Amino acid sequence: MARQTSPQRKLIVTLIAWTIGILMFWPILWTILTSFKTEQDAVLMPQLFSTGWTFENFGIVQERSDYLRFAMNSIILAFGSTLLGLVFAIPAAWSMAFSPSKRTKDTLLWMLSTKMMPPVGALLPIYLIFKDYHWIDQHIPVLVIMFMLNLPLVIWMLFTYFKEIPVDILEASRMDGAGVWQELTRVLAPMALPGIASTFLLNVILAWNEAFWTLKLTDVHAAPLTVFIASYSSPEGLFWAKLSAASTMAIAPILILGWFSQKQLVRGLTFGAVK
Amino acid sequence: MKSLLLKTGLGAGVAMMLASAAFADTTLTIATVNNGDMIRMQKLTDDFTAANPGIKLNWVTLEENVLREKVTADISTKGGQYDVLTIGTYETPIWGKKGWLVPLTGVDKVDDLLPAIRGGLSVEGKLYASPFYGESSFTMYRKDLMEKAGLKMPDAPTWDFIAEAARKMTDRANGVNGICLRGKAGWGENMAFLGATSNSFGARWFDESWKPQFDQPEWKKTLQFYIDLMKDAGPAGASGNGFSENLALFQTGKCGMWIDATAAASFVVDPKASQVAANVGFTLAPDAGLGKRGNWLWSWALAIPAGTKQADAAQKFVGWATSQHYLELVASKEGWANVPPGTRTSLYANPEYQKVPFAKMTLDSINSADPTKPTVKPVPYVGVQFVAIPEFQGIGTKVGEIFSSVLAGQTSVDDGLKQAQAFTMTQMTKAGYIK
Repeated sequence: MARQTSPQRKLIVTLIAWTIGILMFWPILWTILTSFKTEQDAVLMPQLFSTGWTFENFGIVQERSDYLRFAMNSIILAFGSTLLGLVFAIPAAWSMAFSPSKRTKDTLLWMLSTKMMPPVGALLPIYLIFKDYHWIDQHIPVLVIMFMLNLPLVIWMLFTYFKEIPVDILEASRMDGAGVWQELTRVLAPMALPGIASTFLLNVILAWNEAFWTLKLTDVHAAPLTVFIASYSSPEGLFWAKLSAASTMAIAPILILGWFSQKQLVRGLTFGAVK
Repeated sequence: MKSLLLKTGLGAGVAMMLASAAFADTTLTIATVNNGDMIRMQKLTDDFTAANPGIKLNWVTLEENVLREKVTADISTKGGQYDVLTIGTYETPIWGKKGWLVPLTGVDKVDDLLPAIRGGLSVEGKLYASPFYGESSFTMYRKDLMEKAGLKMPDAPTWDFIAEAARKMTDRANGVNGICLRGKAGWGENMAFLGATSNSFGARWFDESWKPQFDQPEWKKTLQFYIDLMKDAGPAGASGNGFSENLALFQTGKCGMWIDATAAASFVVDPKASQVAANVGFTLAPDAGLGKRGNWLWSWALAIPAGTKQADAAQKFVGWATSQHYLELVASKEGWANVPPGTRTSLYANPEYQKVPFAKMTLDSINSADPTKPTVKPVPYVGVQFVAIPEFQGIGTKVGEIFSSVLAGQTSVDDGLKQAQAFTMTQMTKAGYIK
């Protein structure tokens, strides 16, 4: 029987949740509101509201930059690197979850340890390799870098989800004559789908927002929306409102995607949290 | 005669075809900062591509520090990622000396370039970057508030006068601060202002043997004067204010005076953006009677990296973008007030340009800055508000952070100077300047 929750407790938990939610969303809300302000209001009025709302900043950004080209590059890099990541991560996580060896734990830890190194530590060799092979500003090499960047996280997330699937079910399917392929596609995949979906979405978001490598390794042809945003910071004149408009345009697609897929995201992220 | 004309015409046609064939399918990648003049140039490049049909232009517009990082990485590895770079008077002498830049040969009327700007972009007489626009700093002030304070701004004010005027103009109950000055940390932010100001107080970054000079009385006088003035007459939260914040404050009538880049002039007299446009006056940056004024010298200039494979086309582009023809093109489309300032003597001799209210004062300010003799005492370096050595970016930024914390009240003037001295001494010893 479910435990009874008192109305006061429910109210407190709701209030805490809303406070945390608002705090986390605050910078995004501030950016969105600033994008509708005049440049002077953006600098001089730290409060949320403006004396004169305007769409002018979006017009200027649209006129000055080829937004669609940057957005298309973001889609290619974010979705491409995530899909490539899943291709490698699903079998890796599957094997580690269902046929662990003596070294599985160490391998997992080693993979995670690669995320502990600050990216700048690998910048010089990667930059020089890119330069020597003429890969700078090319889609596929940048996509591969982003795939490698998130691969440990993808494997870890999938491993955690797969571990929650009872091995007995797989054994039962084997008893019924299922081969590896059938076991993967008919038994494992439907059960792991929420986990795979949430891994996919989370990694698309991470790849979409990745700025360190994309700023260093792209210029024009492969430049995603992070480069588009960076072009609106100015050493001279007022630029906060235009920069905010560019940021709003850059995060809008991923924000909408996140909004529509929040059910899957939450379901995936809490998968196995309660036994 | 007819046949001569025909031959000449044919010859010209063939020459044009050959010229365009030579650049057929050449794509120039131009790295630039995001400022009004550069964005305007991107809109006007049809004029260049129409005359050079074989050359296509790709623009990489980035935030100043990101651009500096990327361009430095590209040029130091001879990557060839960019064909034209936007760099400043800080990088040009360092990179020119290292052989990272191609000497410029296609610049239109080199002798027409303002001598101070040209000097800052040359190494041993060779021009390594062509100025796209040049700037100094000067004093912008509210004529109405000055009158209300019962004072008259001289053509060449002293720091004592500025301090007196600032204190008299301050009316915090009505949101008016006597003076707005940079406080945000950074070698190109507060240290641009404080570096130039320190010159007028006789201070210097280093003596002739590269020993840091923050332990000398001139720096104490500079910093104490700045802190006292900002405390009495500056805006709240000034330690976070840079160019943009002060511009917004001045445009909305919250500053009596503002000492900053001459490039700010066109923004403060623009009636569409500035509420005080009709009441703005301009005068030179102040001095302390030691023969040096507190104004800086800067130029955003176009240079060609040694790693480019399109040097000829790049020379053509740099020649076009920094030519007299380009200035006339901007004037014809957007008016003389929007022409990139501070590059050519002929621009300031043009009667149309002389009508622009800040033109003369900009020229006088640029001409009064000398990057080779920036301060009262002799120095081993070049640069007015910076020191043209590779280590300066790191040192300038750290010292800027220390002085910004002094302005915020977190550190005393004496402690701030001690910290700046100790840090700079360590860095210069590490870098081998001090044995």
